[in-house]
Amino acid sequence: MIRLSNIEKRFGELTVLKGVSVTVAEGRVTALIGPSGGGKSTLLRCINLLEIPTSGTVRIGEEELSFQPGGKPTWKDIQRLRGQTGMVFQNFQLFPHRTAVENVMEGLVTVQKWPAEKARERAMALLHKVGMAHKADAWPATLSGGQQQRVAIARALAPSPRVLLCDEPTSALDPELSGEVVEVLGTLAAEGTTMVMATHDLRLASRIAHEVVFLDGGEVVETGPSRELFTHPKRERTQRFIATLTQQGQQGEGV
Amino acid sequence: MLHWLTLMADSLPSLLWAALVFTVPLTLASFALGLTVGLVAAVVRLFGPAPLAAVVRFYVWIIRGTPLLVQLFLIFYGLPSVGIVLDAFPAALIGFTLNVGAYTSEIIRAVIGSVPKGQWEAAYSIGMSWSQAMRRTILPQAARVAVPPLSNTFISLVKDTSLAAAITVPELFQAAQRIVATSYEPLILYVEAALIYLALSSILSALQVRLERRFGQYGGFLEAKS
Repeated sequence: MIRLSNIEKRFGELTVLKGVSVTVAEGRVTALIGPSGGGKSTLLRCINLLEIPTSGTVRIGEEELSFQPGGKPTWKDIQRLRGQTGMVFQNFQLFPHRTAVENVMEGLVTVQKWPAEKARERAMALLHKVGMAHKADAWPATLSGGQQQRVAIARALAPSPRVLLCDEPTSALDPELSGEVVEVLGTLAAEGTTMVMATHDLRLASRIAHEVVFLDGGEVVETGPSRELFTHPKRERTQRFIATLTQQGQQGEGV
Repeated sequence: MLHWLTLMADSLPSLLWAALVFTVPLTLASFALGLTVGLVAAVVRLFGPAPLAAVVRFYVWIIRGTPLLVQLFLIFYGLPSVGIVLDAFPAALIGFTLNVGAYTSEIIRAVIGSVPKGQWEAAYSIGMSWSQAMRRTILPQAARVAVPPLSNTFISLVKDTSLAAAITVPELFQAAQRIVATSYEPLILYVEAALIYLALSSILSALQVRLERRFGQYGGFLEAKS
């Protein structure tokens, strides 16, 4: 289980998250939706501590860490939590100087000190899972965006994280390429992978997410099961946002 | 004409010897040491505490802002006045190292900064520490961008070592000067010395091409046509 309690994040004068609390059950997929600047990416990055919350508590499984203004968590504490997570980025961020399979092996070899042979075996199995085994020795620069993102998913899964965090995983892809990524994420969801994703992609959210959290202005406006929230949003603010998403979808504009 | 050729052939061994024993070691040692100084200075400027970063900025300001020849004179002729007496070769080595360190620190700072922030985050996201991310992810990508500007520094350095002649290091250029003093043939001797410098820097240019190829194998960048 992942529990974010009262997460506040300030960048100087700007308060991006105003006491957000979200709970994600094991094996469930939660989508964070909302307008740009609403705080969904920041919230996601507070889970693996790429952003350190100004205050609040992050709990992942057995590991918990609380934050206070002015306090600085130790490296060990950060690693303790971060080790429970894997992350997929909007712009893939594969290591360009390593081949596809080396990208997937990197965490296992460098961080977990696995022997190369064993790491390669696991990496190949993961590449197989995301349908990229045939490109194991390719350089990232020679892969399409969808292919790069699938390798990135394999890389994030390599250390067997408790939760997979996806930050706009399809936003940099055209509808066709994002389709391959949605498919892979859908398979993972069906297998019971716990995921939290920030997304604008209605297709991704409606197809994969069990729960949806709508964030605006650094606050949770509404939360609920995805079908319900997408079809019968309760709050007026949510209705307006869902309406713009569906409109875009119907016009076929990158959703 | 024949006289010139004979003179060239006769002087070649002593010039090559001076290059081999002084110019080349001085260049290699001060580049290696200077690069280390530059790397540390760059990391301090980017990641170190503010007071230390200010010290580095001061160092770069002084070294870049004053003539190399003056720095060499200060180290070799000036320091004895405060009780620090150095032999010519170590004095030159220190001078060139400090010089290379200042210039390469700016190059290294720029190329480390040129690696996208997302690469740090990707490295952190799979559990790497700062030093693992630096070593495994950032420096290899920075190195590729650094090859052309670092090659500039390296090639400049080969030629700049001729300044060591002025503080009595018997390197290539001084060897040529000494032969001129007895043969009265400055044109031929200095052309000969220039050709040897050209040969040395050509080797470095070739090395640059090979390094660029090696670092460039993963593609995604615009390559030189030839």
